Amino acid sequence: MNLELSHFSAAILFAVFASVVFGITQRNTSRDMIRYGLYCFAMFVGGVIVAGWVMWILRR
Amino acid sequence: MANSSVEKTKKIDATAAPMTPMSIVAPALGWLIPGAGHLIQKRFIRGALLMASIVAMFLLGLAMQGRIYKPNGGDILDILGFVGDVGAGGLYILTRANDWGQGAIAHATADYGTKFIIVAGLLNFIAVADAYHIAIGKKQ
Repeated sequence: MNLELSHFSAAILFAVFASVVFGITQRNTSRDMIRYGLYCFAMFVGGVIVAGWVMWILRR
Repeated sequence: MANSSVEKTKKIDATAAPMTPMSIVAPALGWLIPGAGHLIQKRFIRGALLMASIVAMFLLGLAMQGRIYKPNGGDILDILGFVGDVGAGGLYILTRANDWGQGAIAHATADYGTKFIIVAGLLNFIAVADAYHIAIGKKQ
């Protein structure tokens, strides 16, 4: 089997799985876990988008 | 002088984790089977989510032709890669036993796969530590 994901879809999947684990392990209550998981996901995806724009600007 | 050393000893005793069979079994099982350290302590939803995330990440890494690191004493990055991979426990053992994860340099996504496998192992280390904290009562 050979799965070929785009860079962005690989980053999204990475963000989903890492955020789930971070949310569960770094907070104590269910509510805090969900909030922190969503925060981590937003930061991962936001970081990817910001890094993408920075590289685009540097390339010009 | 003597009083301060007694106080220090008391502090250490107060913060020392209680050694229970679960505090050994849960991390060991959690390392071997991602999420099982939580499942054995009746944290079913958390355990299932951890298992799904870590196993899916590891398998996606393999599907992307990621490379599995073997024990080595050479390059520091290879050693760190091996440490990360070993975190996946049973998945790593199974992969090595079946000779999977040889990595295909021809594919651009293979490097993503290698990173997915390493990070799956590292995330499992965090899950193992969490299972231990639950076992000693530091976390609910």
